[in-house]
Amino acid sequence: MNSAQLLLAAPEFWVLVMACVIMIVDLFLREERRGIIHMLAMLTVIFAAIITLRGDFLANGLPSASAFNDSFIRDPMGDVLKVFSFVLMGLIYTYSKFYLRNFKMFRADFYTLSLFALLGVMLLISANSMLMMYLGLELISLSVYALVAFNRESGRGSESAMKYFVLGSMASGMLLYGMSMIYGATGSLLIPDIAEAIRVQGSDDILLIFGLVFVVVGIAFKFGVVPFHMWIPDVYEGAPPAVTLFISSVPKLAAFAMAYRFLSSGLGDLHIHWESMLASLAILSIILGNLAAIMQKNIKRMLAYSTISHMGFVLLGLLPGTAFGFGAAMYYVIVYGIMSVAAFAMIILLSSRGVEAETLDDFKGLNQRNPYYAAIMGLVLFSMAGVPPMVGFFAKLMVLKAVVEAGMIWLAVSAVVFAVIGAFYYLRVVKYMYFDEPENETSITAPVDFGAALTLNGIMIIGLGIFSSSLITICMTSFGV
Amino acid sequence: MSLQTTLLLIPLLPLGGAILAGLFRNQVGRVGAHSVTILGVAGSFVLSAWILMQQIEGTLDTVNISVYTWMIADGIRFQVGFLVDHLTSLMMTTVSFVSMLIHIYTIGYMRDDPGYQRFFSYIALFTFSMLMLVMSNNFLQLFFGWEAVGLVSYLLIGFWFKRESAIQANLKAFLVNRVGDFGFLLGIAAVLLTFGTLDYVEVFGQANSAIGQTLSIPGGMEWNILTFICICLFIGAMGKSAQAPLHVWLPDSMEGPTPISALIHAATMVTAGIFMVARMSPLFELSDAALSFVMLIGAFTALSMGLIGIVQNDVKRVIAYSTLSQLGYMTVALGVSAYSAAIFHLMTHAFFKALLFLGAGSVIIAMHHEQDMRYMGGLRKYMPVTWITAWVGTLALIGFPFFSGFYSKDMIIEAVHESQRWGSGIAYFAVVIGVLITAIYSFRLLYLTFHGPEKFEVDADAGHHPPPGKQPAKPKESPLVVTIPLIGLAIPSVLIGYMTIEPILFGGWLTNDGSIFVLEKNDVLAELGHHFHGATAMATHALSTVPFWLMITGFVLATGIWLFRPSLAEMLRNRMPWLYRVLDHKYYFDEFYRKVFVNGAVSLGRNLWNKADAGFIDNGIVNGSARVVGWMAARVRRWQTGFLYDYAFVMIIGLIGILAVWVAMVP
Repeated sequence: MNSAQLLLAAPEFWVLVMACVIMIVDLFLREERRGIIHMLAMLTVIFAAIITLRGDFLANGLPSASAFNDSFIRDPMGDVLKVFSFVLMGLIYTYSKFYLRNFKMFRADFYTLSLFALLGVMLLISANSMLMMYLGLELISLSVYALVAFNRESGRGSESAMKYFVLGSMASGMLLYGMSMIYGATGSLLIPDIAEAIRVQGSDDILLIFGLVFVVVGIAFKFGVVPFHMWIPDVYEGAPPAVTLFISSVPKLAAFAMAYRFLSSGLGDLHIHWESMLASLAILSIILGNLAAIMQKNIKRMLAYSTISHMGFVLLGLLPGTAFGFGAAMYYVIVYGIMSVAAFAMIILLSSRGVEAETLDDFKGLNQRNPYYAAIMGLVLFSMAGVPPMVGFFAKLMVLKAVVEAGMIWLAVSAVVFAVIGAFYYLRVVKYMYFDEPENETSITAPVDFGAALTLNGIMIIGLGIFSSSLITICMTSFGV
Repeated sequence: MSLQTTLLLIPLLPLGGAILAGLFRNQVGRVGAHSVTILGVAGSFVLSAWILMQQIEGTLDTVNISVYTWMIADGIRFQVGFLVDHLTSLMMTTVSFVSMLIHIYTIGYMRDDPGYQRFFSYIALFTFSMLMLVMSNNFLQLFFGWEAVGLVSYLLIGFWFKRESAIQANLKAFLVNRVGDFGFLLGIAAVLLTFGTLDYVEVFGQANSAIGQTLSIPGGMEWNILTFICICLFIGAMGKSAQAPLHVWLPDSMEGPTPISALIHAATMVTAGIFMVARMSPLFELSDAALSFVMLIGAFTALSMGLIGIVQNDVKRVIAYSTLSQLGYMTVALGVSAYSAAIFHLMTHAFFKALLFLGAGSVIIAMHHEQDMRYMGGLRKYMPVTWITAWVGTLALIGFPFFSGFYSKDMIIEAVHESQRWGSGIAYFAVVIGVLITAIYSFRLLYLTFHGPEKFEVDADAGHHPPPGKQPAKPKESPLVVTIPLIGLAIPSVLIGYMTIEPILFGGWLTNDGSIFVLEKNDVLAELGHHFHGATAMATHALSTVPFWLMITGFVLATGIWLFRPSLAEMLRNRMPWLYRVLDHKYYFDEFYRKVFVNGAVSLGRNLWNKADAGFIDNGIVNGSARVVGWMAARVRRWQTGFLYDYAFVMIIGLIGILAVWVAMVP
């Protein structure tokens, strides 16, 4: 272990140190100076992004490098995912500050917990051994359980945190069980060694298949795909929107990285098995997510089901096991994160003092109340529905292309059919915004930084669509396409 | 500043101005709006002129760069790129110069309009679109610019969107252009099908390989693929450049504010079709049938639209019909392979037609938005600058020797005379008679407006929008922001033809660098070049040619009728009522379209709506499937009970399900 290897984990160290610093600084801050915490958190993610982007470990021509006895890996895919995690975190902090202040929850715990969760995301993204994966995963989960119950006065918050905790523990247990079986079959915790062992001894070991099933279940829970999705609607609804912002976006990036590393790098030889598992999970999610979303009156639950169907699309990209497919899935998950934070930001925006926006009716007549934000929400919704030239269209296009190239036309066709059905509930919100009379005439105001972040978010949604090749190229080159 | 940056800045400066003036109209205010847009357009004029100068001096070769690749689908590159050769730089400079003057003029014309900033935003956006169109190096971007100018034109015709007539007019323009654009899109698709690329250079490079290829269309017919491509592309040009029978939108577009009529519907946008055909000359040259078609359409337009101009009373409509007729001349020139002559006429026409429109606008300001010439007259003593510049514009339009229009129009006539193309005899007749017609309506306009007795009364109580024949005060000369552009356009209207005819038409400036390609057997201009002995000699020689004397005849007729014996016009009208009626109804094009297409479309639409849509699709398919989906969704929703043990149960079931299926599958 030399210092050059330690430097590979510089972003992680930075985030860890800053999370601790924020925790301590808060002890010495008076209530009204708490804005400093926000500034520190923003600085943390900005510098984390800078440190990551300056990682010149690739200068020696290697595509990747590892540290900590190979259990930590740094590669282009990981860096891209981390940088986008930081971008999303920056947006999330800007949005949630407004919410937390409005609802008198502006406390430093939010920042420390979310930074620890971010650290977990980064570790999971870079995890190259099962141990590191589990550590990252639990770091995210434990922080998020606490975050969900962040509003201590909300019964619903505590209830959903409890549900999430129990179900999450079950999923963790299953994942651990699967890992132990794979360890038993291959004798190693390191992903590359597992792959090597399977290659040597063959892939028809029943123990391996057992392990694979449990691992897939663990991953599926993290993504929240059917039938491991039950926690999502309750948690989305119960948690404060500031927390839902986080849950719905950044951890999905980590889940993607975990799925890729475990399934492709580690269990690549079992592709024939996990391909069909993922296909069933994906199609179930797309069907159920879109159908259930139609019936929701609650905007958060609607978005929760929409997440389920979007994650089904991510699995569609993963399942062909091709480099193009992984690139497409990564593109999808990043795009989804961008759209998702914008959508929840709108919920925060519509929550007037002390009253959270809950139902779809809150969107009625938004255009009359504030045409600018209505237009941004329109962009988000069209993008989620997959209407060109918004970025969501290209995300779906790439994923479907990967599936079609893998020869699974039926899968692509059914995904498109249900995506079209899903377009209904997105467009319904557009109809509410533009064609219905507002129930609440108060004008909508937001702080400057909130408006700027939302504008930037909207620009990303349309800009990355019109200049779609930029982000697609980044994602594809991460996998050498 | 690198070349790429320069080229990027040329369209982006006006776009930036448009965005600032449009989206931040309240922040920048009125002065800010016109300042940013004028600075943007002036910037792109200076840069365009700089590029043009370099190309004239020969220090800059043809530039073909790709700026951004949007996407590559199925091996076809969709990109933004610039092809800047002599043709492009000439167009860029003309467009940005005319646009700049019109921006300045607008300050005066739109002074009291509440939509001031919006207007500046639109015209700057138009300049951006037009520059993207002419600078493109591929068909996709050409189409983008093509549609973008169409869109801005639509927005501007309906600029006063509270007027019923303006809305009708912009809808009409939009729909008629759709017809043309459909052909254009088919043409582009055929190009893609035949050559597998959208890049100009690659397409032109392979053009020869397509000779003799045919395309089977449904019905078992075989079409020469090049003829098909060219005619489709030209249909697009017919829409945009308002060639009969797709010309009907242009006169109505005069509902827009006058600066727009000058900028879009006279000087620049309507010439996009002409430019496009010239740009596509390597394709058109290979199809004699398409060129004959182009020529005959142009000839018909040139003559028939000029005739209508004689009976119009609205000052702007007369100029609009004159524009149609002049566009016809350009199209004829394209049809006889005299592309350079068409571009040359395009350029001179841009100057003098913009001048005439702006002059008309100046008159309209002075007359408190009275546009009917029957209530004008005698304005020359009130507005001398407008009067003199209008004379300059008129002399250029009718092709009086030494004026710019003379050189360009005479060359077109000579080229048609020289051409051996099928049907060129008819075209020659049309363009020669056209000279007589042009002189008649031009002088009629001039006399009715500026000369003769005053046909309005000054009535101080007439109000801001006076009834016909009344004016609240004596007309007075327009302010400097109006007259300066008039003078700025009058100078090139006189000089530009004399100065540039030799390099453009006979020096091979447009053909030597490959901007325009002409087959040797079609090259009528090279033939004419043998008889050309300089611009002065051409003008003096004109005194012994037929067109000159026809023009003089027109002048005499117009002078006799409208200056000395107004009753003569009345008598002619009574003597030949049928002719008057046909012309007054513009050959019944509008009535025909209304009866057949509009009513037909409406009744077709109503039937489809009633029977097919509401009956079958809505009730059967849509509501039916919505009911099924709704029923399923209600079921699905019930699974989410809210109880933790149910959730855990579902997870376990899922796990067992996967285990059962996949572990059992392993041999």
